[in-house]
Amino acid sequence: MKHLFLRAFIWGISLLGLLLVVAGCSLQTSPIADPKGPIALMERDLLYTAFFIMLIVVIPVFIMVFWFAWRYRAKGGSGEYKPEWSKSRTIEVFVWSIPTVIIIALGYLVWTYSHLLDPYKKIAAPENTINVQVIAQDWKWLFIYPELGIASVNELAFPADKAISLKLTSDTVMNSFLIPALGGQIYAMAGMTTQLNLQANEPGRFRGRNTQYSGDGYSMQFFDAVAMTTQEFEDWVANVKAQSKPLSTVTYNELAKPSIEHDVEFFSWVKPGLFEEVLKKYARRPAPTLRRHTPPPTQTNCEGNKPC
Amino acid sequence: MLGRLGFDSLPFYSPVAFGGASVTVLGGLAVFVLVTYFGKWRYFWEEWLTSLDHKRIGIMYIVLALIMLVRGFVDALMMRAQQAIALNNNGYLAPEHFDQVFSSHGTIMIFFMAMPFLTGLVNIVVPQQIGARDVAFPFMNSISLWLTAAGAALVMVSLVIGKFSTAGWTGYPPYSGALYSPGVGVDYWVWAVLISGIGSTMTGINFIVTIIKCRTPSMRLMQMPLFTWTILCTSALMAFAFPALTVVTAMLALDRVLEFHFFTNALGGNMMNYVNLFWIWGHPEVYILILPAFGVYSEVTATFSQKRLFGYKSLVYATAAITILSFSVWLHHFFTMGSGPNVNAVFGMATMIIAVPTGVKIFDWVFTMYKGRIIFHPSMLFTIGFLITFVIGGVSGVLLAIPPADFLMHNSTFLVAHFHNVLIPGAVFGYFAGFQYWFPKAVGFKLNKKWGVRSFWFWIIGFYVAFMPLYALGFLGMTRRMERYELAEWQPYLMVAALGALFVLMGIICQGMQLYVSIRDRDREQNMDVTGDPYNGRTLEWQTSSPPAEYNFAKIPEVRELDAFWDMKQRGVAYAPQAPYEDIHLPRNTGIGVFLGGLGFLLGFAVTWYIWWLVALCFIGILTCLIVRASQDHTFEIIPAAEIEAHETARFKALAEHKQAPGDFWS
Amino acid sequence: MNSYRPTTSRSPGPTEETLDVRDFGFWLYLMTDAVIFSLLFATYVVMFQNTATGPLPVEVFDIKHVFAETMFLLVSSVTFGFASLACVREHKGQAIIWLIVTIIFGLGFISLEVAEFVGMINSGAAPQTSGFLTAFFSLVGTHGAHVSLGMIGITVMIFQILIKGLTSPVKSRLHRLGMFWHFLDIVWIGIFSIVYMPAWLI
Repeated sequence: MKHLFLRAFIWGISLLGLLLVVAGCSLQTSPIADPKGPIALMERDLLYTAFFIMLIVVIPVFIMVFWFAWRYRAKGGSGEYKPEWSKSRTIEVFVWSIPTVIIIALGYLVWTYSHLLDPYKKIAAPENTINVQVIAQDWKWLFIYPELGIASVNELAFPADKAISLKLTSDTVMNSFLIPALGGQIYAMAGMTTQLNLQANEPGRFRGRNTQYSGDGYSMQFFDAVAMTTQEFEDWVANVKAQSKPLSTVTYNELAKPSIEHDVEFFSWVKPGLFEEVLKKYARRPAPTLRRHTPPPTQTNCEGNKPC
Repeated sequence: MLGRLGFDSLPFYSPVAFGGASVTVLGGLAVFVLVTYFGKWRYFWEEWLTSLDHKRIGIMYIVLALIMLVRGFVDALMMRAQQAIALNNNGYLAPEHFDQVFSSHGTIMIFFMAMPFLTGLVNIVVPQQIGARDVAFPFMNSISLWLTAAGAALVMVSLVIGKFSTAGWTGYPPYSGALYSPGVGVDYWVWAVLISGIGSTMTGINFIVTIIKCRTPSMRLMQMPLFTWTILCTSALMAFAFPALTVVTAMLALDRVLEFHFFTNALGGNMMNYVNLFWIWGHPEVYILILPAFGVYSEVTATFSQKRLFGYKSLVYATAAITILSFSVWLHHFFTMGSGPNVNAVFGMATMIIAVPTGVKIFDWVFTMYKGRIIFHPSMLFTIGFLITFVIGGVSGVLLAIPPADFLMHNSTFLVAHFHNVLIPGAVFGYFAGFQYWFPKAVGFKLNKKWGVRSFWFWIIGFYVAFMPLYALGFLGMTRRMERYELAEWQPYLMVAALGALFVLMGIICQGMQLYVSIRDRDREQNMDVTGDPYNGRTLEWQTSSPPAEYNFAKIPEVRELDAFWDMKQRGVAYAPQAPYEDIHLPRNTGIGVFLGGLGFLLGFAVTWYIWWLVALCFIGILTCLIVRASQDHTFEIIPAAEIEAHETARFKALAEHKQAPGDFWS
Repeated sequence: MNSYRPTTSRSPGPTEETLDVRDFGFWLYLMTDAVIFSLLFATYVVMFQNTATGPLPVEVFDIKHVFAETMFLLVSSVTFGFASLACVREHKGQAIIWLIVTIIFGLGFISLEVAEFVGMINSGAAPQTSGFLTAFFSLVGTHGAHVSLGMIGITVMIFQILIKGLTSPVKSRLHRLGMFWHFLDIVWIGIFSIVYMPAWLI
């Protein structure tokens, strides 16, 4: 029986070893370990830095556990036995102060990087930024390009030399937007907007998804973020504009109905203010004009894509 | 008449659902038939169900926990199997069924496996550790048990009648609202959680009072065993965190049943409020689960290193620090909600601060082993497994506490791996260690050591094989709760993880074997725990007989030192004659707790199915039970001194005749 | 399981010590209830501006009504205090009378509150109307439910005093019921100053 369990143990260890080898190879190219944008790269480096700082405590613990368990084992152990020994000021000082110092170091990282990598922070100047409005639907993503007046479903195209600035909301339950290779993650919630600023280093195709469970089609609610050369992007925009499929209130409502594994779809024209219309559907508070204690505004302002 | 309930609620729509329902029904029937066949109904009712004895209530809690562990683990196996095969296909589970499986897995493991398991250990051990004859409120203890059982029963019934929630164990709205989840599933979840949560609040109150007020008068706070300390802190967390769960689930119920707008998308609801309220309970809950295990590890390490616990004061302060800090970190569950860098950073740092006292605890246990004589009892093996594994989980936890790093990992399988990596070693291994450790105390015979060692190795190997791939999958961008996926590079990892689940299955089978073999051989002389002190223990629970008499201590023990019983043995007074004996008051058994649990179950079931007349009846029934109980004065009974004397004399005689000396289980 | 279970003879009541333990436990229960109320308050503060398409707070609250409710509840607390004093003086009859007076004031409070709720719902301000009203009805309604339970408790205690007299378990129960009743007063003061007052002040 003893051998059986020894064998099981060896099996387990060798499996783990095998796994580590296989994992090491394929993980090198994983979106998190091999990021494709500056934000994701900084986030990954932060992850690694924190990990290595913590090894200062972790490795001694590992060594001590195995060493003590072996040395002080009751049958055959060679360590000395001191049953009443239970206090040591030196050790106490060490075990409180070393984790404290490490946590102070990590705390410094947390504070500075939380501000540095704030998803709301713009990465590039306005002329080098593509603005995209993102609406989460069951179970797909709608990307509206307000400056270009076009929209796409489940494909987020952008020129690789520009940053993208996303403004997100949801026309359904809470969703969470993540493109692992580009970094960042933010919830999309109905009646509210959140923001996310990302950038790619070079042209490429990156998988993004909803990470917040949202129902039957959740597992297949993914899209591709495609970083393109400037020329490719211009061609892409021209192609979308040539589709002659407009996104009006009617077609929007049709689109917003639940659908699983929705194909990539393009809209050559988007009703101005559609994003705000979706937001307004879930308004929690009355619009200022409805508020009985504030005077109504004297004139309406209808320019641009603001609601009127 | 029957609300939404109809024949279409029965699970004839899918073979898998029908299979699950059949197993549940047949299992229930089998128990019923067996008990009837052996004519044991009266025995169970009088000796167990209506019992207010904390030790029996504790055993019933653990029986419940073990049953639900099996159920929750079957869910886990089903998920692993589904994900191992569902590359670009639907696998063998429809999306809606897979969603129920992951929801019930989380709900069961947290509320109906871990909570009853730890509450059971607490019930069996704490009063004995503090030299008390009972808990402060034995009747409330019985209500807590039966409300927990009622919640568990609701989850089990959802297998047979209707469907369970698909909204995950966290039940985030608006998805869990009536608009997006119109069926009965979320209602089952809400009422199961709400009812058992009330039971946990009462458990918390009960054990705060027990530990503060019912200790043997000579035991000062800083002489309490560390397990008792962790339970004091856990109870405080239970009492003050669980009301948040009650509030948030009640609000969700109002949203669903009465169309309120707490968390809806429309008309001024705010789902962010749910997320905040849920985690105001949810994060302390993590420590409710983990602190008792920390207590077990402290006892086990000291006993099996045959040495005093290192840094007792440090451990006490660290426990208290964790308790207080645990209320200040809830936002780290949703850094991605857009709270802004200041808020995120503050909560991230608060989270990391918890790593300091936790690290101190780890070091203190390691230094308890230092210069000891370590015996590798299964519970010590689980402790060593915990030390190594929990450190890894802690590291991944600190990584997730850095908001920008969390942006990459939130909702990914890295997160899944992280919380299993803290909860399996940090809670489950601790409960197993406690189970192995205190089993002889609770029932009077020892657990088979061989099968215990085997189960440990399967569990620990299974854990690594099952969850390390999930860390890797997090790097590969896989999110949690996926019923199918489109990226082929994920599949090998998921297959390995499924293999790990099979290892854990072997571990659970070994535990079953261990129980079977131990019960079969309980009458063999080397398996009997005659002394009540099989490991040469240090704390007061080892002074009582195994199993303890109903009154635990014939005479309330006098405590002079930290390791009170060890000290008594040193002074040679551990088994000193205790005459003259006095009468002892003990609570009289009552069935009202069982009735309240039953009514709670019916109430939950009736609201779930909109059977309003039954809801009204249940309310009246509950009120009647409470009024009846509140009007009873004579809830105690007296055990006469003469009888105690006879029993104790017999015990001491047996002790003297028996060759076995305390602790010689190991020589 | 062959744990020793002795036979027993008499059935005594609780000792003074166990009653003391019960007071502490009940006090802890009140603290957990305070957690419930504080979360309901927090929810109200988060949601009171979420009036969506429904009425604003100031449009649905009636200051006279609320003032009357407050008076009824505060006075009932005072009368419960008199009942407790009578209890200390072992004056069974007075205790019962004061408890009945307490119930009358409590009933007055509850009927005013029910009238307020019904009036609001009839005028289109139901809990289903907006997030603000949801939070309002839940907070104030939870308090109202507590008051109703308290009145059932007082009724039970009146009968216990009549049947059992002022024995020590009865007195101890009355003491805890008193803590409960005064606690509800404190919660009401919170409701008055967090829910009603700001509506008129802002």
